Formats: sequence, structure tokens, C-alpha cells
Amino acid sequence: MQVDPRGQRFAAAVTTVVLIAVLVTGSWALLAAQAVVFAIATLFGLRYAPYGRVYAVLIRPRLAPPRELEDEAPPRFAQGVGLVFSLVGTAGYAAGIPWLGNGATALALAAAFLNAVFGFCLGCEMYLLVRRSTPGKRAGSARVGDY
Amino acid sequence: MEGALIAAAVLAAATVFGLVRRRRDGVLRERRQGARRGGGDMAETLGPDELGAALGERATLLQFSSAFCAPCRATRRTLGEVAGMVDGVVHVELDAEAHLDLVRRLNVVRTPTVLVLDGAGRVVRRAAGAPRKADVIAALGTAIP
Repeated sequence: MQVDPRGQRFAAAVTTVVLIAVLVTGSWALLAAQAVVFAIATLFGLRYAPYGRVYAVLIRPRLAPPRELEDEAPPRFAQGVGLVFSLVGTAGYAAGIPWLGNGATALALAAAFLNAVFGFCLGCEMYLLVRRSTPGKRAGSARVGDY
Repeated sequence: MEGALIAAAVLAAATVFGLVRRRRDGVLRERRQGARRGGGDMAETLGPDELGAALGERATLLQFSSAFCAPCRATRRTLGEVAGMVDGVVHVELDAEAHLDLVRRLNVVRTPTVLVLDGAGRVVRRAAGAPRKADVIAALGTAIP
């Protein structure tokens, strides 16, 4: 499945604003809501991602067609990475461990901001680093499905 | 208040990182021998057995890709075009996951990573990130005597 890369940048920008609000307020509920957004994109695909819907309905009709479409797999994987960090952060805030909440949210914010402003997919790049450090000489691609 | 400071610090750090990254992304550079731990990759010579593909007669554009890599597709196109344009140059694309030994040995940390090999299979140039077509052609100029 192919997606409009500008929709990804838009979604990352909205995510950036939400995560800044989470850090400022320390609200676990807001971070939990963002985790739900990540979860929908990861589990059901970017087509159903809430911010992507906003882009598709409100913004894309006003723009020219995209010059190029992008494969869905990398950003969808990155949404999964965001989900992990937002769940850890939510647990941190909810359990009264603010450094855990702040730390996890800060990392997610850095990734979302880099995606929105520079188009870098930090979550995607973590994939190879994780695979590299996994022991095993000939790891097949079976683990791809685990994510 | 503390949260706002953290947010500001994260945004500042990410901006610096992003600017540096953007400037270095896809730049094909020559590595000094022994510049990296493990002797660096400039001393590395790769053969058809390791690549699972024949080397180009004059040069090989070796690309490491992975499943979750948006710029890999553009890189594939760029390198494919250059290989089609210059005689004796081939483009070899490897799935990093299926070649983790090679990935560790060459210290590949990102995809795409592009290595320019000369006719003997020596690594002469290297880029992390998608290189520009003109830079690839210029790098070939150094790989091909």
C-alpha cells in the first residue's frame, strides 16, 4: 500500500504538538490518547490513522496531487515505535514516576519533530540497529512480522 | 514548567541533529584508513562470494537496504540509472537483514548505505543516506582509473 508522504509529515507535525502538550501538562491521559492514535496506525494501517484522516479530508483536496507516493511499511513501523514509547510514558506518568514519563515522551517528541521538519524517519532507522544487535549469524526475515 | 524546559531542550537538540544530518546525508566520502575502530572499511575488499553477485568490471555500486526504509527506493533508482549509463558498472542491492555479518563487519548502521567499490572490489567511497546522482558519478571518477 502506498501513501502520500505529505500526509506523514502532517501527522508527525500534529504528533509533535500533542507531545509538547504532554510534556508541559504531564497528563497521562493525553499521552494515552496519543498512544491510541499510534496503535490505530500500527494495527490497522495508515489509511485509518486519525491524523492521516484529517489530512485526507481537510488538506489534501486543496493540494496538487503528490509528486511521488511512498511505501507504507516504514512509517507504519515508526508508528509502532511511537506506540511503545508512548505506552512506557503513559505508565510512567500514571504510576507517579515523572522521569519515566518525561523521558519516554521526550524521545517520542524528538522522533516526531525530526519526521515533521526534516522528513527523517528515526523509528525506521532504529530497525536496523535493533536487528544488528540481535545475536545470530543468519537471522532470516521471520522476525519482521513480530513488529 | 520542568516539562516545558524538557520540550524546549528536545526541540533544540533535534534541530541541531536534523541540520547536521541533512548536510551529511548521502555524501559519498573517502574514509581514512584505520579511522574507525576495527581498522575501518577502507581496507575492506569485497568479492562476489560475499555479495552473492558478480562485481562490475570497472566498479560496483553496493547498496544496503532494509524493509523499513523510505529513501532506499530513490537510491535504487539513482544507482540503477548510473549503472545503466556507465559501462562496466553494476548496481548490487543487498537486504541488510539477510547479511548481518557483512553489516557488522562494514559497520553499516543506517539504510540506505552505499559503498562504491573499484574494479578489484576495494571500498573507495561510502555514503549513509540517499546519495545524489551527480555525486555518485563523481565518486565513480575516483573508482575508475
